[in-house]
Amino acid sequence: MITNCQSKMVPIKGGNYIPLYGRDSMKVSINDFLMDVYPVTNKEYLAFIKKHPKWQRSKTIKLFVDGSYLREWKTDTTLNVNQKLKSPVTQVSWFAAKSYCESQGKRLPTVDEWEYVAMANKTMPDARKEEAYNQFILGWYEKPKTFNQTIGSTFRNYWRVYDLHGLVWEWTSDFNSVLISGESRKDVDKDSNLFCGSAAINATDLMNYAAFMRYAIRGSLKARYSMRNLGFRCVKDDKTN
Amino acid sequence: MKQLTYILLIVTVTLFVSCDKKAVKESSKVEYQCPMKCEGEKVYSEKGICPVCEMDLKSNSRKASKVISDEISDESIFNLTSNWNTEEGKSITLKELKGKTLVMVMIYTTCKAACPRLTADMRNIEGKIPAEYKKDIQYVLVSIDPKNDTPKRLKEFAIENYIDGEEWTFLQGTEIGIREFSNVLALKYKQISPLDFSHSNIISVFNPQGELVHQQEGLGVDNKETITKIIETVQK
Repeated sequence: MITNCQSKMVPIKGGNYIPLYGRDSMKVSINDFLMDVYPVTNKEYLAFIKKHPKWQRSKTIKLFVDGSYLREWKTDTTLNVNQKLKSPVTQVSWFAAKSYCESQGKRLPTVDEWEYVAMANKTMPDARKEEAYNQFILGWYEKPKTFNQTIGSTFRNYWRVYDLHGLVWEWTSDFNSVLISGESRKDVDKDSNLFCGSAAINATDLMNYAAFMRYAIRGSLKARYSMRNLGFRCVKDDKTN
Repeated sequence: MKQLTYILLIVTVTLFVSCDKKAVKESSKVEYQCPMKCEGEKVYSEKGICPVCEMDLKSNSRKASKVISDEISDESIFNLTSNWNTEEGKSITLKELKGKTLVMVMIYTTCKAACPRLTADMRNIEGKIPAEYKKDIQYVLVSIDPKNDTPKRLKEFAIENYIDGEEWTFLQGTEIGIREFSNVLALKYKQISPLDFSHSNIISVFNPQGELVHQQEGLGVDNKETITKIIETVQK
């Protein structure tokens, strides 16, 4: 039983991997860290905003949230009838998610950390080559309203982490990293670049369409935005090793 | 004329004293006047509409407008609470930059291609601003590489690039503080090797209250609009 507000975390053993988009050296090394087993739930977020009223819908400021922040909620501190306490919280901005994690002594995962853990299926740490695994993810992307499910309703992966695919998209700390590997030019100014061919040129595996979708959606976000199918979970550096 | 204004003020004040003592305190600080001066120098103690031209009365007290601007709006970057080091080794929050128009850009000093040009663009802007506005504007270069760009390194960079005057400020932040700031600007960057970052080229203008008023995108672009915007914020 979890008695305090801290949700359960599991250790992730770091290592090297080649992300879909990376640095010029291709390989990215990940340090050991701890990751929340589940995305942050409505219940947990409710407890957070009761303690930190500045994140209640009516008290937030324009710099940090847009108009759709927690819009489905009935009031500042009550959920709508069709929202479940154990469903992942969505319609939160990056600023709000960051603040939540910090209030727990945690932080948002980097894109690389998130992708590193999310490439695992039930049995393998890197299942990106598995056709069935990719089909599962793409199948989910087509399914509407999966955010209404409760946490833990998808599968437990190799690292014992749940719901990385199948419930909601998740915020990452550096979601707005650009997708080019060279020096900056005028070409990075338009979000539309993310969706045309030029953006995929330096992708390491053009077959990995699911991951491409994730990078593309992250690239189209702004930190104030909130979406019905976008939640988050937190991580923490592993200081035991 | 001045005497008349004075008498009018006294009359309004006395009128207020008779009904509400608290209101006097507030109203005696601020005077409102028709922007068209339809009724000459006539002033009102409260906000309202000019009975002649029906325009909104404007506060004509300089001191009062400063007092009002003391509050931070919903959209101000002064809501960010992260700590930064300057090239002079001082520790500050963005709020301490309040009161001047801010022209800000994100750079890193080991950058070979875009940043020297961004720095040059900043210098060009600064060069085109009339001298009378000089003390009302602060040019801020925020490093996206806090590991390499120590205050010492930033100071060296300032000297090398002839931008070491008081109107220039360099900021070294924490990784998350920088990410947060870039998110406010909707600016993207990614470290692609230990010494290289890719990033958008954006120069942003904030008014003295810290609200974003203009962004100039790209390198070596025509900065006419940026300069107009800067001068507008200073004159307001």
